[in-house]
Amino acid sequence: MSRFLLYVLCLLVSSAALAAPVDLLQSYETQARQANPQFQAFSAARGEQLYHAKRTHGSGKSVSCAACHTDNPKSAGKNAKTAKEILPLAPSANKERLTDAAKVEKWFKRNCQDVLERACTAQEKGDFLAYLLSIK
Amino acid sequence: MKHTLILIALLASTQVWADGNENLAPAATNQNWKTECSACHMAYPPSLLPERSWRKIMGGLGSHFGQDASLDAPTAQEITAFLVNNSADRVANKRAKKVMASLGPNEAPLRITETAWFIRKHDEVSAQVWKRPKVGSPANCAVCHGGAERGDYSEHQIRIPR
Repeated sequence: MSRFLLYVLCLLVSSAALAAPVDLLQSYETQARQANPQFQAFSAARGEQLYHAKRTHGSGKSVSCAACHTDNPKSAGKNAKTAKEILPLAPSANKERLTDAAKVEKWFKRNCQDVLERACTAQEKGDFLAYLLSIK
Repeated sequence: MKHTLILIALLASTQVWADGNENLAPAATNQNWKTECSACHMAYPPSLLPERSWRKIMGGLGSHFGQDASLDAPTAQEITAFLVNNSADRVANKRAKKVMASLGPNEAPLRITETAWFIRKHDEVSAQVWKRPKVGSPANCAVCHGGAERGDYSEHQIRIPR
């Protein structure tokens, strides 16, 4: 019995560690529906707009996702301050991307604050992921 | 007399050599420290700042030199404990002692490059050199100190890019 439980636990742990991007989208969809009963779908086109949108930060600097991640999410970018390399965001170019839900949330929290000076909505996060996943 | 002088000279040079080659990698590493800090910059040696600096840095990750570097509470606590246990006031290495000696009793710099020790150690590096595109900033240790990621800052490892 305990061996069976261990087996189930192993399965659960491995499935959590290897979460597919699709599961992430599903979880953002659930959140988006809770926030907005009229929720329709995620849009890769809106995600693309968000990715490229330039905005003037309170500090006066021009900021955007693309400023660090480059205009093409399949390319490696670099941290605007430290110049440290950032591996590509698009899963088609970097298969580690979008496989760790906690990591995705950590970076949405940080980067939405740095670029938009607020948290992103579940709709925005889902659109953004839909865009990244649409890149072949 | 002559032999004594040679012996003194030898001992003195050994002293300098030992100090210059002392490895600054923490005795035991911590995976979260390495992963989280090095996501945006090199994971700097904890022994180059005092405990009070690390506590201040880790308490202000929401705005970390202009970037949001916030962590979940358990990860932040683990990394803080690691930094504190390996800070300049807790480890025995010579450079850590020199860093401490270069600071006022309540001085808590947020940058290693702000310590009087760092400034003294780099006083022969001209402003021109710091501005070279390949150098970028004094925060990029590994550009000139090839072994920095391994804690090796020995003098013979230094190569300043043109």
